[in-house]
Amino acid sequence: MNASPIKGPPTNTTPLDRRSRELRRQIVRMIEAGGRGHVGSAFSLVEMLRVLYDEILRYDPANPRWRDRDRFILSKGHGCLALYVLLAEKGFIPEAELWKFCKTDGILGGHPEYGKVPGVEASTGSLGHGLSFGVGFALNAKHEQASHRVFVICSDGESNEGSLWEAVLCAAKHRLDNLTVLVDYNKQQSYGTTYEVLDLEPFAEKWRAFGFAVEEVDGHSVDQLRSALKRVPFQEGKPSAIVCHTIKGKGVSFVENNLHWHHKNKISEEEVRSLMAELEVAA
Amino acid sequence: MRKTSLDMVYELARQDSRIFFIGSDLGIGTLKQFKAEMPGRYLMEGVSEANIVGIAAGLALEGKIVYINTIATFLTRRCFEQVALDLCLHNANVRLIGSGGGLVYAPLGPTHEAIDDIAIFRALPRMTIVAPADADEMRRLMPLTVDHAGPIYIRLGKGGDPIVSRPGVPFRIGRAIPMRAGSDALIVATGVMLKPALDAAAGLEKEGMETAVLHLPTIKPFDTAAVCEWADRVPVVVSVEEHTVIGGLGSAVAEAIAEANFDSPKRFRRIGLPDVFPDKYGSQASLMARYGLTAERIVETVQALMQTANSK
Repeated sequence: MNASPIKGPPTNTTPLDRRSRELRRQIVRMIEAGGRGHVGSAFSLVEMLRVLYDEILRYDPANPRWRDRDRFILSKGHGCLALYVLLAEKGFIPEAELWKFCKTDGILGGHPEYGKVPGVEASTGSLGHGLSFGVGFALNAKHEQASHRVFVICSDGESNEGSLWEAVLCAAKHRLDNLTVLVDYNKQQSYGTTYEVLDLEPFAEKWRAFGFAVEEVDGHSVDQLRSALKRVPFQEGKPSAIVCHTIKGKGVSFVENNLHWHHKNKISEEEVRSLMAELEVAA
Repeated sequence: MRKTSLDMVYELARQDSRIFFIGSDLGIGTLKQFKAEMPGRYLMEGVSEANIVGIAAGLALEGKIVYINTIATFLTRRCFEQVALDLCLHNANVRLIGSGGGLVYAPLGPTHEAIDDIAIFRALPRMTIVAPADADEMRRLMPLTVDHAGPIYIRLGKGGDPIVSRPGVPFRIGRAIPMRAGSDALIVATGVMLKPALDAAAGLEKEGMETAVLHLPTIKPFDTAAVCEWADRVPVVVSVEEHTVIGGLGSAVAEAIAEANFDSPKRFRRIGLPDVFPDKYGSQASLMARYGLTAERIVETVQALMQTANSK
């Protein structure tokens, strides 16, 4: 397959259903409470996470260290707002914790921490670490002949890190078909587009060349995500990669592809109102 | 010392199925028997230290005890963030066995000389740093590393280092080992510098000076109590390490002594590598001589400090 890089801002017209909008509204409420957060990075992840937690991952919120659970790592730790919303909804953490985001008395910080947040398998935040943890988990599962699986979400900016590609080589070498990587390919990093900052194209081809079985999906299409995730491993003896084409800030017109919304360290009441208005959940 | 350490990993792994070994791209035949007998727990993952530390952390969080071996500089400098975050932040049970602590790789130059490894890791919360003096002490240490909570850095000497540790003294992680008593001066040493420290004390004895020697095979957690207790009894304290004088054993001793606020005055000096990258090749011994890591220099340093102490 020949990749055809889009050099302008990516587009995606996939409509968001009621649930996707409500999850984003929860994220906005967290940002309002905490006064800060990676808005665009979280919005780009919502569909991946909801499909994983609604339909794919095996877990028990009452016993978050259950031996047979699937392991999930948000390697792009800065997208944690979306993760926290789902962990609260599924019962890993009380909803009240969401409103203490980044507060002294809360357990939810700007990056997720192992040992503090039930359901978080590894502390992430510095990019290029999560996949190696995932490879370790997957190697252990193979060694133990255990049936649980490992899912890791990486970002495109994170794919600038050499350590990520070390982990990719290692996963392929060990034929870890119990490992699936979802790449949030929104083509925006902090400074600019991935094309400008450090071009990854041909991106899916790179994963393939490094030994993964690869599919590309619309990362905001619940149907496409479900279909792909229900079919992993795509090939026996190979780890799977799902390159998810997404929009940073998906769901709110003035946030989409807007790098000023990558991270906010203050947010006005007016901005919160505008965000909520666009994410209005129709009755 | 390296051979003993790796042989022990094999022996311990035979008894404990939680133990994994990961190498980077080590010499052919490394731990051949381990690989043959326990192939599922033996990994050789290439020149990719960052990933190796990360997967070791993943295995450790699943209940495994992972021993990693490669050259010390690559474990400390190359993948520092993985050690800080994946190992220390997660308190992962991973043991980093660093080959070539200090000047062992003198012929290979500054890329391979671990002159700053202790300083680098001393700054990390939850890290334990050990530097045994010889192979016998390594043999006593290794069984303790199995059930120790959190990451450990094990600094290896060259191999064939003379045996100076005492067989009857058990290794206790975090505890100093008094090697000899003396009321005139105290030498604090770690790793293979214990030998020149003991030789220096013997030499000083001939000159009529009673010099105590305290061996610190664990540098972190630092045995502040022992160092202060021994330092309190003498007017002169000298630290000796095969490491930069910045941030290693000497710094730890200086910090302990400074904060002890002794009633009696102390004369103190760190003996170690100056703040430079070694500029010559040769052997570990020749570089040690070049930078004054010798019994003779220790003797001279102690004598000079005693003179200033007495002249006061």
